[in-house]
Amino acid sequence: MRIYLFFVAMLLASGQHIAQAEVFERTLANGLKVIVKEDHRAPVVVQQIWYRAGSMDERTGKTGIAHVLEHLMFKGTRKVPAGEFSRQIAAAGGRENAFTSYDYTAYFQQLHKSRLPLAMKLEADRMHNLNLSAGEFAKEVRVVMEERRMRTDDQPQALLQEKMMAVAYQEHPYQNPVIGWMSDLESLDVTDAAVWYRQWYAPNNATLVIAGDVKASEVFALAQRHYGGIARRVLQPRRNFTEPAQLGIKRMVVKAPAELPQLVMSYHTPVLQQPEQDWQPYALEILASVLDGNESARLNKHLVREQQVASSVGAGYDSASRGPSLFTLQATPSTGKTVDDAETALRQEIALLIREGVSAEELKRVKAQVMAGEVYKLDSVFYQAMQIGQMESIGLGHKTLPVMLEKLQAVTAEQVREVAQAYLKDDNLTVAVLDPQPLSGKSSHKVEGADHVR
Amino acid sequence: MFVKAELLCVAALCCLTNLALATPHIQNWQSASGAKVLFVENHDIPMLDVAVSVPAGSSFDTTEKSGVAGMTHHLLDKGTAGLSEDDISRGMADIGAQFGGSFDQDRASVSLRTLSSAAERDQALNIMARVLQQPAFPDAILTREKVRLISALKEAETQPESIADKAFQKVVYGAHPYALPVSGEVVSVDKITAQDLRDFYAAHYNANRAVVAIMGDVTRVQAEAIAEQLTAHLPVSDGRIALPAVTMQIPAIEQRVAHPASQSHILIGAPGMSRSDPDYFPLYVGNYILGGGGFVSRLMNEVREKRGLAYSVYSYFMPLKQPGAFQIGLQTKKEQADEALKLVRNTLAEFIAQGPTEKELRAARQNLVGGFALRIDSNRKILDYLSIIGFYDLPLTYLDDFTAHVERVTVAQIRDAFARHIHPQAMVTVIVGAPEAKAESAGGENK
Repeated sequence: MRIYLFFVAMLLASGQHIAQAEVFERTLANGLKVIVKEDHRAPVVVQQIWYRAGSMDERTGKTGIAHVLEHLMFKGTRKVPAGEFSRQIAAAGGRENAFTSYDYTAYFQQLHKSRLPLAMKLEADRMHNLNLSAGEFAKEVRVVMEERRMRTDDQPQALLQEKMMAVAYQEHPYQNPVIGWMSDLESLDVTDAAVWYRQWYAPNNATLVIAGDVKASEVFALAQRHYGGIARRVLQPRRNFTEPAQLGIKRMVVKAPAELPQLVMSYHTPVLQQPEQDWQPYALEILASVLDGNESARLNKHLVREQQVASSVGAGYDSASRGPSLFTLQATPSTGKTVDDAETALRQEIALLIREGVSAEELKRVKAQVMAGEVYKLDSVFYQAMQIGQMESIGLGHKTLPVMLEKLQAVTAEQVREVAQAYLKDDNLTVAVLDPQPLSGKSSHKVEGADHVR
Repeated sequence: MFVKAELLCVAALCCLTNLALATPHIQNWQSASGAKVLFVENHDIPMLDVAVSVPAGSSFDTTEKSGVAGMTHHLLDKGTAGLSEDDISRGMADIGAQFGGSFDQDRASVSLRTLSSAAERDQALNIMARVLQQPAFPDAILTREKVRLISALKEAETQPESIADKAFQKVVYGAHPYALPVSGEVVSVDKITAQDLRDFYAAHYNANRAVVAIMGDVTRVQAEAIAEQLTAHLPVSDGRIALPAVTMQIPAIEQRVAHPASQSHILIGAPGMSRSDPDYFPLYVGNYILGGGGFVSRLMNEVREKRGLAYSVYSYFMPLKQPGAFQIGLQTKKEQADEALKLVRNTLAEFIAQGPTEKELRAARQNLVGGFALRIDSNRKILDYLSIIGFYDLPLTYLDDFTAHVERVTVAQIRDAFARHIHPQAMVTVIVGAPEAKAESAGGENK
């Protein structure tokens, strides 16, 4: 997942002034942070509530509980029977869903602006009144198992990704899949869900983001009315993990029914800690774009178009997360080429980067794309709210967004070369290979294994 | 604080009674080149979206040359007279422009998003104009892209979802070109020549059949010039291209295919409706109730909410020039596939026999009417509507009339329209990763 996380500050690049509204924020007495992004282009609104609790907060043997609880949040409260949440939102013309990641769990509704009070009433209600029954749990955990089979067990590339993460991280909970290991899903029960809910679903562990055709002052009043009465909770201290240094290359193979082999090379990299002072994460973002930010970027140009050693390639890095990050390269070898050929070609690209750096032209191109992306972003109210919610949930705060944009524009070619040299080295590397198996082979691999939408 | 909140609620109630929305003002004309142009002027964001669509989808392929249409579309931006593929992608990236496209059975389209400031806009449109009107279809690149496509097709042939999709289209459409895989077959793609692409391009990428959708920060005068610039030099062809008619009545066929996956992928369906079907709205609203309405549909309720049998279950109509497929789909672990299949069939049969309840229809209307604003809340979505309205000859008032059409649908109309279009006794069922014993005895053959 590579998302450019910035904010509306494109004034930096072009002289044009966009009709851009400010971001307003206020924290209620119970600790709920409310952030409002006004956008009056269409009479719609999105409500997103972000809980700072993701799969990285799970304990051994309980993987998947964050995501299972996300499903159970639709199963009714003392006042609103199971299924009624979705029915009321649908009847209001709304669209809704939820998603769980390593770092957070979030719920959203998109509606006509007039229906925001309803969405707030329902969302606030399930923040503290959820009904958790053994019956609903038993049914829903089966749905989650089907989700796991569909998204991971029967998807060779997802399986490779899941197993790569389990190898790349020795201690950090990013080693566990968001959806949970199948054996954990089989052993979870409704009590685990109740414990998780009590532990994390509190106003002082959440951020409410409202974006759209609204007035901030009115939203704050509405939020006070619907959420203000929910009591704050004492949050248990979080475990902090420091992933031990990797002391040499790791290699692994995953066999699954498929036609094409696949290669993934993942390097441990830092993430933003002090956005004003840091420079390496920004240089890594630019590096990822130089390699794979557009069709003419290095990997596609060199490996797919010129050398024809790969039929597809990719590079990814995310500078903003609660835990550590990986810089990832991937390639599908061309017909007649092997994963070794692809690995050699990727290593040549890294060597070239370290030896000769990136050109001024490449740097300029990537930065132009970043700035244009800031303008295009204005076309999606939902995405703007997403950025705010993510930044708040990972602890950097939405005010970091414009800082990131400025810092990205300031990255130099030499900095890009330096981070390539510092981090794209074997001691940091996990190499994962998908070894395709014929379909006629033995029946399904019983194997366990990212973001999950309800 | 509380007073303000009350006021907002009162205001909200007022709004409810008047959800009529300002729909975008669509300007429409024919360019001198003969293309149909739809334009919405909007200066809120300094950017421009443009899409050019032509009837050049995979349904214009033949079985022997399946994949030519897709490859023609794919190679448009891989080199033109005077521009290499790298010049094109670099030229767009330099100015932060996003070049894209879409391709399906009916339609091939090329789309552009760019900043609207003159330098960026002009460069992006210049490249787009050459891609559309002077593609070179270089031999070396065709050879490379054939290899890539063939390996992707081979990969798809191992994945249960793709296997099921392909088998489904084939059984539902038989000899009709909607049966052809959108990107072609391994054998036919291997035979594609650059001359095939040039011939296909000359026959199908014509200005008089093109639809130009323009949305965003330009004036009418500029939009007129853009439409001209993008289509004036398209090849001229007056050949009429007609598709054979879809055979609507098909026999009941169940196809079970063995696969080592843990889940069975189940698809059920038949030819459904065309974009111009007079029953479009009754079928559309009815399908929302049956399996289109997310978490509140009947299928979702029966299969997932009540029994936990699947993560995803849906139904849809694919409205195309000719009747596109009606399809129900789900995935569930092998051991319970037959139970789930039976449940889905019963749910469908009951819906066809009895139709929805008044209460269900009311809820559907509330969602589709109340949520209309979400359909047109971004430039991107409006651009897509412009393309669809132009391509399928829908009235320019399509968006203005949408909610009224939905409001008018009755329970009787839905029951009647479904009864005429969907025959549960004569549908195709494809199960990939079928429960072991049965799959082996069937051996992937029809039965």
